[in-house]
Amino acid sequence: MDILRFITAGSVDDGKSTLIGRLLYDSKSIMIDQLEAIEKQSKNKEDGEIDLALLTDGLRAEREQGITIDVAYKYFSTPKRKFIIADAPGHTQYTRNMVTGASNSDLAIILVDARNGVVEQTRRHSIIASLLNIPHVVVAINKMDLVNNSEDIYNNIVIDYAAVATSLGLKDIKYIPISAINGDNIVEKSPVFHWYQGESLLHILENVEVANDINYTDARFPVQYVIRPQTEALHDYRGYAGKVVSGIYKVGDKITVQPAGVESTISAIEIGGKQVTEAFAPQSVVLHLSDDIDISRGDIIVQKDNQPSVENELDVLLCWMGNKPLIAGNKYLLQINSRVTRAVVKEIEYKLDVNSLLKELAPEQAGLNDIVKVKIKTATPIPFDSYKKLRVNGGAILIDETSNVTVGACMIQ
Amino acid sequence: MSQHRLDYLDQLESESIHIFREVAGQFERPALMFSGGKDSIVLVHLALKAFRPGKFPFPLLHIDTGHNFQEALDFRDTLANTIGEKLIVRNVADTIKEKNLTEQKGKFASRNALQTYTLLDTIEEFKFDACIGGARRDEEKARAKERIFSVRDEFGQWDPKLQRPELWNTYNGRIHKGENVRVFPISNWTELDIWNYIKRNEIELPSIYFAHDREVLEWQGQLVATSAFIQVDDTDKVAVKKVRYRTVGDMTCTAAVESTAANIDDIIKEIIATKTSERGETRIDDRVSEAAMEDRKKNGYF
Ligand SMILES: Nc1nc2c(ncn2[C@@H]2O[C@H](COP(=O)(O)OP(=O)(O)OP(=O)(O)O)[C@@H](O)[C@H]2O)c(=O)[nH]1
Ligand SMILES: [Mg+2]
Repeated sequence: MDILRFITAGSVDDGKSTLIGRLLYDSKSIMIDQLEAIEKQSKNKEDGEIDLALLTDGLRAEREQGITIDVAYKYFSTPKRKFIIADAPGHTQYTRNMVTGASNSDLAIILVDARNGVVEQTRRHSIIASLLNIPHVVVAINKMDLVNNSEDIYNNIVIDYAAVATSLGLKDIKYIPISAINGDNIVEKSPVFHWYQGESLLHILENVEVANDINYTDARFPVQYVIRPQTEALHDYRGYAGKVVSGIYKVGDKITVQPAGVESTISAIEIGGKQVTEAFAPQSVVLHLSDDIDISRGDIIVQKDNQPSVENELDVLLCWMGNKPLIAGNKYLLQINSRVTRAVVKEIEYKLDVNSLLKELAPEQAGLNDIVKVKIKTATPIPFDSYKKLRVNGGAILIDETSNVTVGACMIQ
Repeated sequence: MSQHRLDYLDQLESESIHIFREVAGQFERPALMFSGGKDSIVLVHLALKAFRPGKFPFPLLHIDTGHNFQEALDFRDTLANTIGEKLIVRNVADTIKEKNLTEQKGKFASRNALQTYTLLDTIEEFKFDACIGGARRDEEKARAKERIFSVRDEFGQWDPKLQRPELWNTYNGRIHKGENVRVFPISNWTELDIWNYIKRNEIELPSIYFAHDREVLEWQGQLVATSAFIQVDDTDKVAVKKVRYRTVGDMTCTAAVESTAANIDDIIKEIIATKTSERGETRIDDRVSEAAMEDRKKNGYF
């Protein structure tokens, strides 16, 4: 059994939370007491039906307003897979929370309200899905019950979305008509969509191939912590603890430690205290090297014949998440995996217009939820890969040093 | 490439170890909250995998309400001893005396709310900057919303409307003096994942997790063990039943479930078949209000 992490995205009220509720309900992943609790809550509403969105809208403020504010994580499994769901908010104001949920997702379900078609927020979330390089996208055209399950309306929305997808370069897109509220096409294929040739949503989720999304070629091992027992018995023990974020390491491999560029050989690998001959992504391991060299947290161990870039000038696509605006010249901390360094945003090259996808050149500043292209200079050279090629070593965050808050998501080009 | 595939438990394990090591790398004075319950026992095992043959870069910390199951306390001490790690225990009873706090009254008078005071005092005493806890997102709807690195202000308060963005596996643990971070390495594990992991790794648990005879009273459909901490009235139906515990909390607010499951395999079968959630079946304290957990967290609770 493996894991599929997915997110539900799309505009306000398109039915994301209801869809998750339906998926959990129909796959029998909801317990009686949880159901009783939301039944009680739903009674306050006029129609008397249970409101499945309450399963994920867990905060008081969310229930009061009937909206999602922050990501809820939900879990269920079928004999095929364990699913980790991130239910994202649709409101523009909370886009940064959607980005949080999207950053770890293998797949995005982008919901579209069949009555409204593709709207600004659909585009915004699609842009984010494409920036974050989410490998798989399912466009779920929801509330089909409100448009008489019309094939024409469905087809028109597919055509509209396909244009967006092409301009964004989204890959592996599937389309599906659904009614989250009635459960049509969610777990089972529904006869109301007799004209639809594809599979049910759950079937798609169970079968999308994710193992190939792991990169086994470009080996990267950010050092998180150095284990040095310094006891008599283990006097010379020095293990580098970290996670193989990509690739494969074998005992005997010639490696380079970046950014210093020092070379050595892997002398031993341990997993959970046991000696092994190789380690691969995404295992957490301890590496030992044959030479006594100075390595600390923030360094990255790579294969000698497969190097990342090591530079201090970065081209970055940036989702701005700060309440205060980003202005060229501002200084931040940049954190990439375990490495933290000072950085300055030297120049805002352009801002992306979410509707037209046109670039506004050299804007004065960027505000909350803006997507901009910037040039960043770091105090010291950092080892990185292009995010497009290697998500696990091309994503970085910007931290405001005065508030300590994470204010930017960087996709290094 | 098929030999290079991790199954779901290995993936979860690796993610949790990564989180542990981030805590070790980012904080000066972390602590691992350890109660002797199954989730915190799994945390300890993950920490062993993350740091051995080195020492844990943090002590174990237990806030003892004085209402715990003796079996869990004994297990706690034995495990800390066996692995040779430091255990700090702070007692809610002492805080009550020192601060002259008012205890709850009534049948199941609980110290659940008061333990937050002891926790915050202990954080202050040792200047802990990170507290690692075994909360899982599948447990409760407010927990489902919390980040893995959850920043708390100097009063320990969680502000669910102002959580930091948390991207990829890049955790931002920077805080101001006085603030601290609650870290939840097993956020993405479900109850069933925990049991499957315990089975796979042959992890030992306190005996109360397995079916045993116990004197219990029936209260609103739940079975509560009779003890010195609760009031038993003449009208109460008291009987000896075969029970086990699904969670281990205070004796005043944790209910047992009727069961004959005497080993891990039987328990896993029961968990797969159950129609009731872990907290729904066993926690008396969540029933107070719709948002009981959210409110407690806002006030500094784990
Ligand atoms: N008729 C109909 N109504 C639906 C359907 N799906 C959702 N709804 C309704 O649409 C409204 C919004 O649903 P939610 O699930 O809360 O929407 P959301 O996308 O999660 O909203 P945010 O998270 O706030 O962005 C609710 O009143 C739902 O009952 C559907 O398939 N058909
Ligand atoms: Mg929602």
